Amino acid sequence: MADVKKHDTPMVDDLKSGPWPSFVDDIEQKGLAGKQACLDLLGQLELSFKHKETHWKHGGIVGVFGYGGGVIGRYSDVPDKFPSIAHFHTMRVNQPASKFYSSAFLRKLCDIWDYRGSGMTNFHGSTGDMVLLGTTTDQLEPTFYDLTYQMSCDLGGSGSNLRTPSCCVGKARCEWSCLDTQQICYDLTQEYQDELHRPAFPYKFKFKVSGCPNDCVAAIARSCCSIIGTWKDDIRIDQEAVKAYVGGELKPNAGAHSGRDWGAFDLQKEVIDLCPTGCMYMYGDELKINNRECTRCMHCINVMPEALRPGTDTGATILCGAKAPILEGAQMSTLAIPFIRMEPPFDEFKDFVDKIWDWWMEEGKNRERFGELIQRESIQEFLRRAELKPIPQMVKEPRSNPYVFWSAEEVPGGWERDIKEFRARHAA
Amino acid sequence: MYEDNPGYNISEVLSNPYDPALSKKLYDPKKPMANRITDIGPPHYEQFFPPVIKKNYGKWKSHEIVEPGILKYTSETGDVCYVVRCGSPRLITTDLIREIADIADKYGEGFVRWTTRNNIEFNVDSEEKMRALVDDLKGRKHPGGSYKFPIGGTGACVTNIVHTQGWVHCHTPATDASGVVKAVMDELFDYFTSQKLPAQVRIALACCLNMCGAVHCSDIAILGVHRKPPFVEDDRISGVCEIPLAVAACPLGAIKPATVELDGKKIKTVRVKEERCMFCGNCYTMCPAMPLADGEGDGIAILVGGKISNRISAPKFSKLVIPFLPNEPPRWPTVVNAVKNILETYASDANKYERVGEWAERIGWERFFEKCDIPFTDKSMDDYRLAYDTYHTTTQFKWSVHTDNL
Ligand code: HEM
Ligand code: HEM
Ligand code: HEM
Ligand code: SF4
Ligand code: SF4
Ligand code: SF4
Ligand code: SF4
Repeated sequence: MADVKKHDTPMVDDLKSGPWPSFVDDIEQKGLAGKQACLDLLGQLELSFKHKETHWKHGGIVGVFGYGGGVIGRYSDVPDKFPSIAHFHTMRVNQPASKFYSSAFLRKLCDIWDYRGSGMTNFHGSTGDMVLLGTTTDQLEPTFYDLTYQMSCDLGGSGSNLRTPSCCVGKARCEWSCLDTQQICYDLTQEYQDELHRPAFPYKFKFKVSGCPNDCVAAIARSCCSIIGTWKDDIRIDQEAVKAYVGGELKPNAGAHSGRDWGAFDLQKEVIDLCPTGCMYMYGDELKINNRECTRCMHCINVMPEALRPGTDTGATILCGAKAPILEGAQMSTLAIPFIRMEPPFDEFKDFVDKIWDWWMEEGKNRERFGELIQRESIQEFLRRAELKPIPQMVKEPRSNPYVFWSAEEVPGGWERDIKEFRARHAA
Repeated sequence: MYEDNPGYNISEVLSNPYDPALSKKLYDPKKPMANRITDIGPPHYEQFFPPVIKKNYGKWKSHEIVEPGILKYTSETGDVCYVVRCGSPRLITTDLIREIADIADKYGEGFVRWTTRNNIEFNVDSEEKMRALVDDLKGRKHPGGSYKFPIGGTGACVTNIVHTQGWVHCHTPATDASGVVKAVMDELFDYFTSQKLPAQVRIALACCLNMCGAVHCSDIAILGVHRKPPFVEDDRISGVCEIPLAVAACPLGAIKPATVELDGKKIKTVRVKEERCMFCGNCYTMCPAMPLADGEGDGIAILVGGKISNRISAPKFSKLVIPFLPNEPPRWPTVVNAVKNILETYASDANKYERVGEWAERIGWERFFEKCDIPFTDKSMDDYRLAYDTYHTTTQFKWSVHTDNL
């Protein structure tokens, strides 16, 4: 056994039992095999369980030379008790798009992290990076050189930077994808390396790419610029497969409800009646869709994947401004561009990005998210700066107050008026 | 066009064993820019696609969930691909990652994938390999008896809980993350490995209002909340932060600059109008001399009914239904029971395909509180910006336990 010291951690140890994978067991085994940082981490966690308070200090500013992000500084506030995690900085490593890996890649990353750091990771951080959890300041530069030279990897974003873009599995494995999600994600990440590594924004900015409106990467809730696949033509229908669903030969929703007896599949009740726009109907024994009325919600396609598929005239819907509640309250992304082709080199899209970034960098306040700028300055200003045309698709309903900010140019004669002339018509 | 990027083809760098001595030769603290490679971005994704994925990219025709956790994809070319999805605690060691790499080599031609919700997906190209893989995975356990690779997380299930850092790595949490998630998933394990819910239920946890996990659109959100206003460390504040930044940090204007006398010296500091504070912690984010954490004050709020997908109804925010539950490490029984109660009430009452939020809207929130037996308090009524949007301005409501005694 290696020369390590295990702390007394009765509460934390309680989390070894039960069926769900125990992070405690994993970390403890790693610690007993020679990583004191692992045992110290569990020791400090026990102390947090006891006090019900964190024992990490407010982060310090650490990083690698020339970059303004990618490293999160972290120090223990009980370093005497747990010296091997006294410094415990995190490095965010930009993941390959949609997170496929080869075993050779993973092993080499592990070799580096066993040598340079705590051997603990988050696979993955919420934004998508591979998060290497816990090392000392003097190991940051060597780790960075190891990553770039020996893995051809780079750091991800943190701070007031572009954050690491992420995407769903897309066409690599999903028949519904209307976009080459990996290609978009990779291309944007490469195009905007400078923005990703060097803080020049008022605050963080996120791109996320989902291949269809199921939005598996939660782009609409988590990204300042959500890129979500959609189609313009008709849903493809295989009438034979529709009959197979009705006849019970195919399992609805690809078998997603297999654990319970929901009765025989009922096309009318489960698909046609649940269609939010009421645009589906039976014509004889054929399923028909009035595609002009369809809002592409994916329900019917999700229920009958063998029978229905998105159309083939595909592109993306762009929505902007999502964020978590801090500060002005949570926001979801607002529809900006109903349809845009997403083919390399994505010039039209990047043009749009340039325009909104110019606006945000000119007008955004310190720590103001892009969605908050839209709120503060108005959706109209957003449309003007992005050079977008207002369309009814951008609102749930028209406003109900009449407080319109007309501009002088919009009113005949402008706002310059002569009160004397007015009084000549109207006595005071 | 990216062919010149070193990340475009990394098979050569990967074929060389790791050389821990290399960086010492390259990096010189006196000339920090020397030999520095920057701005190369991530390696190109395509080199990590398993052969069957590469070959059938964009040609997938349909898929089927063979059994919980096991997906079968069929391509227009006739090829099939099986995917076995396993839960993971996200916080994992290099030893576990090496084990995953070994499994990938044995069954998946050396490739593996992670999902957005921190599940691990092994891709194999035949049913035989899939069966062998599943048997193998089921047998792998940690010393304490938990599964290393529980199979599930597909269809009408509770899939993995996306979560944040908690007491394991962050300075602002009001609760832990990994511990709470373990406790909840142990209790809901059966829902991870089966598909008996009306629809998928996405649970997420964030340990403070920053919500790094973006829990605000989850079917059930577990959120760490503070309940005591920040301290102000007069003797430290001007040394560690800029007072105007601390003042500007507060969205409610509750922080004012102040001058106080300390040891006979006048010093600049701030004061907090405590009755205005909503415990968001933004001041502490900006100023280390304003910590909020408190063992008794901190705990967990439960929000429900959010969703991301555009399926049937538009994406929705989660709504606050339980304003506070205490932190009870190591197993958080009150939180676990509250989550389970909401989940099972929903499971027994909702229609097929109906998400938690759609169910609550259909039966009405008054009925939601009644059926879940959750006390309704004024804390569930919005008083922040745009609050009025959430008020009832109609005579249409349902009679419920809340009105029965009138
Ligand atoms: C004002 C809002 C926010 C603040 C002040 C904030 C602050 C922080 C801090 C201090 C950490 C470090 C935790 C550690 O020590 O490892 C962190 C981690 C992280 N945050 Fe945030 N955060 C905010 C919102 C968000 C949001 C909305 C997201 C994603 C949608 C996000 C994504 C992340 C990610 C991916 C990490 C890495 C660790 C993890 O995955 O849990 N953050 N954040
Ligand atoms: C049964 C067919 C489905 C398949 C094969 C499927 C596939 C996937 C995959 C592979 C992921 C992980 C994505 C990634 O990490 O890149 C995922 C996540 C997700 N899926 Fe699906 N999906 C299916 C149905 C649905 C449906 C019907 C919905 C919505 C009604 C949906 C909503 C989501 C969401 C929201 C996520 C992201 C998880 C999260 O972060 O909340 N999926 N799905
Ligand atoms: C700044 C806002 C408002 C001002 C200054 C205002 C002023 C007035 C005045 C002076 C009258 C009496 C007109 C008359 O019969 O001589 C009136 C009538 C009325 N106002 Fe307003 N009002 C305002 C907003 C509203 C709003 C927001 C509503 C309803 C949503 C409303 C509903 C009415 C109604 C129903 C009448 C009676 C009209 C009738 O005789 O048929 N008012 N208002
Ligand atoms: S977002 Fe759509 S295309 Fe992407 S993985 Fe999910 S279902 Fe498939
Ligand atoms: S995608 Fe949605 S709106 Fe369109 S036909 Fe199907 S169920 Fe109806
Ligand atoms: S949610 Fe809050 S406490 Fe948790 S990791 Fe993010 S910033 Fe830290
Ligand atoms: S916790 Fe939030 S509301 Fe309270 S003083 Fe700090 S910034 Fe203001």
